[in-house]
Amino acid sequence: MDKSEIPSELEIGQALRQWLPESAILTTPESKRPYETDGLSAYRQMPHVVVLPATEKEVQAVLRYCHAQRIPVVARGAGTGLSGGALPHERGVLLSLARLRNIVQVDPLARTVRVQPGVRNLAITQAVDAHGLYYAPDPSSQIACSIGGNVAENSGGVHCLKYGLTLHNILRLRVLTLTGEVVEIGSEAPDSAGFDFMALLTGSEGLLAIVTEVTVKVIPKPMVSKVIMASFDTVEQAGDAVARMIAAGIIPAGLEMMDSLATRAAEDFVHAGYPVEAAAVLLCESDGMPEVVEDELARMKTILEENGATELRVARDEAERLRFWAGRKAAFPAVGRLAPDYYCIDGTIPRRRLGEVLRLIADWSLKYGLEVANVFHAGDGNLHPLILYDAGVPGQFHKTEELAGRILELCVEVGGTITGEHGVGVEKINQMCVQFGEDEIAVFHGIKAAFDPEGLLNPGKAIPTLQRCAEGGRMHVHHNQLPHPELPRF
Amino acid sequence: MHGELEPLCIQVRQAYEAKRPLRIRGGGSKSFLVCSAAPEVLDLRLYTGIVEYEPSELVVTVRAGTLLITLERLLEENGQMLAFEPPHLGLQATVGGMVAAGLSGPRRMAQGAVRDFVLGVRMIDGQGRDLSFGGRVIKNVAGFDVSRLMVGAWGALGVLTEVTLKVIPRAPSQLTLEWSLSEAQALQRMNEWAGQPWPITASSYFQGRLRVRLEGPRKALESAAVHLGGKEVLEGKGWWMGLREQQLDFFMTPKPIWRMAVRPTTGPLGLSGQTLVEWGGGLRWVACDHGHAQVHAMAREAGGHAQQWHGGDPARPFPEPPAGALLALHRNLKKVFDPAGILNPGLPGFLEG
Repeated sequence: MDKSEIPSELEIGQALRQWLPESAILTTPESKRPYETDGLSAYRQMPHVVVLPATEKEVQAVLRYCHAQRIPVVARGAGTGLSGGALPHERGVLLSLARLRNIVQVDPLARTVRVQPGVRNLAITQAVDAHGLYYAPDPSSQIACSIGGNVAENSGGVHCLKYGLTLHNILRLRVLTLTGEVVEIGSEAPDSAGFDFMALLTGSEGLLAIVTEVTVKVIPKPMVSKVIMASFDTVEQAGDAVARMIAAGIIPAGLEMMDSLATRAAEDFVHAGYPVEAAAVLLCESDGMPEVVEDELARMKTILEENGATELRVARDEAERLRFWAGRKAAFPAVGRLAPDYYCIDGTIPRRRLGEVLRLIADWSLKYGLEVANVFHAGDGNLHPLILYDAGVPGQFHKTEELAGRILELCVEVGGTITGEHGVGVEKINQMCVQFGEDEIAVFHGIKAAFDPEGLLNPGKAIPTLQRCAEGGRMHVHHNQLPHPELPRF
Repeated sequence: MHGELEPLCIQVRQAYEAKRPLRIRGGGSKSFLVCSAAPEVLDLRLYTGIVEYEPSELVVTVRAGTLLITLERLLEENGQMLAFEPPHLGLQATVGGMVAAGLSGPRRMAQGAVRDFVLGVRMIDGQGRDLSFGGRVIKNVAGFDVSRLMVGAWGALGVLTEVTLKVIPRAPSQLTLEWSLSEAQALQRMNEWAGQPWPITASSYFQGRLRVRLEGPRKALESAAVHLGGKEVLEGKGWWMGLREQQLDFFMTPKPIWRMAVRPTTGPLGLSGQTLVEWGGGLRWVACDHGHAQVHAMAREAGGHAQQWHGGDPARPFPEPPAGALLALHRNLKKVFDPAGILNPGLPGFLEG
């Protein structure tokens, strides 16, 4: 499709004013600028038009219009995503759902909250706090990110080994198809007849439908939460301690590892009292009834000590516990202060391969001349290497992308995946060809077409074309060459 | 490990080319409930074995024809278990059948359902292609979540050949408590307690008695029992097993039994006949002579759905179509995975309608 076939900004704006107020339609470069990137700021694209509907009816009108005019639609929540999933389409409408932000219903007895997609993750917990309840998934961006975006990405957080991902904590979705039809899926009952569309839509990165309402499950706040901070001389020892703990039957409420670079950066940033001389730091949380926590903490301490922990500190009070976590949750921006730019990776690996994976990353870091800090959701194998670079130095971003690609392919090689929680977006689309075969990718395209035959919802994201993979296949073989610099990145 | 994958793929491919419908079979333990009427059988029972099990990863990969009891024994030897306590409903139940059926047991509300623990699948689609989705790690958002889409699809979207499941450690001890209450009081209490941080892992109400199971370290259970009150049930383990495997007298009635999944806060349904409540109020088993239309309408009104458990038509177990555009989406999806409509035709029951 040529840009000339798409109505101009002004034509689209004028048409949409039939259904939306003027303030909800942005067509000038200055007003659209804040939307040209999401949390992955290395990728930028000015959207054709931005719309900010405030009701489901307005969303429906936008979708029907775009469908009729064959205009691509990219949905956006709070714009905190880390894979470029909300990167605008140059010929498309960027559909922000941030103004649909009502908490529709709180039912403390049923432990459910019905919200519009623009409601912030943390706002759900705040809405039920007085009832002793909370919403469990807690991505690091939880003060800003929206529940609609969480559904699109199937977001996790530092507590998901015990409490699950977004998928495990939502009951029901109300969505609009591209043609503007309302579809209700899932239910407040424990199961539904028919196929599991909740599973299919959660994490579908805006390719299948637009969420207009989410019913989430909220759970009782634990009576007690305690966290241990353990220091180790090597990351391998810390990794072994994690495996032993889980094999011993303990499911920590949170289990996070940071290497020394990440620890030092976080300490400089939030002054959490982290041991800056340690090669690896583990944060290990237990929650539940006081008797459960007491029992678990004792067993955790024994295992940590047996596996070479050089120092163990239990947070003395709630303030210190929150400080320990604040450092971890701020690890990305903290590492971000060490260099002009950083690139975050999201691969997941079987925990037992941690030592060898970190060793290879360290080798490659030297070889590429790029520093890498490692933050690790150790409980569930989700690794976040952060590559430090300077976009101002010619060629450095290119090198960074190449190193990132190698690390992701390594994750697949050891039996893991290219993305644990950030999504594929535009960023990891080449690595999808490494993780999946042609037949699987064809099935993904079939699923996409079952919802959106014209391919107008978030085109070019999440699922690579087979042609792209055929070209990318060569990329995988010639590891050390820059893959196809002549191809557009997205 | 036993059996070969290739002959299974070939059988499906030939059936696809000849447009010959197939009935996928595992142990047959749930065929009283759901069973396609297709005459040709695709038998998974010889395709067995544990592919990979690493207890410290909390992950196991199993071939679909493996007996569920074989898997459960292996996990037990390592102090682990399937979190959702799947009902076998027969010793011959297979792991693939368990996942295709998607049925969970007493622990469902505390820990999650089958689909919550499926991490990956290997499957044959309706064209005989050998496909893999998901993986062996707990967090994975690459591609659409096809693995979980297979759970509860009763084979209508593909033949499961291998599944990867997340497992959990077994709790060190358990305790069952009991109270004599009316149904309305019991439902109220189940919902209240579910909103409080007690280690409750199962609940039921039957014949005037509310029962809950607590699990965790012994000291925690004793402390919770002091707060909750009630009297200890000594044969607790047997009760939950009987419930899970449907061996209680309730399930022996000659009357039709309905399984009604409803919003847990729904009050007593008021249907005539016996009711057995599970899952904190979210699941109601009702033995009654009411007409189909009435039971389905009542379940819908309670935010859920009903299924005739005993005495229904296994070839068409879910006759009620979903509302509006969702039916069309079901049909589109069926075509993606099974374009010739040869895999367990007739299931789940409303596609052809």
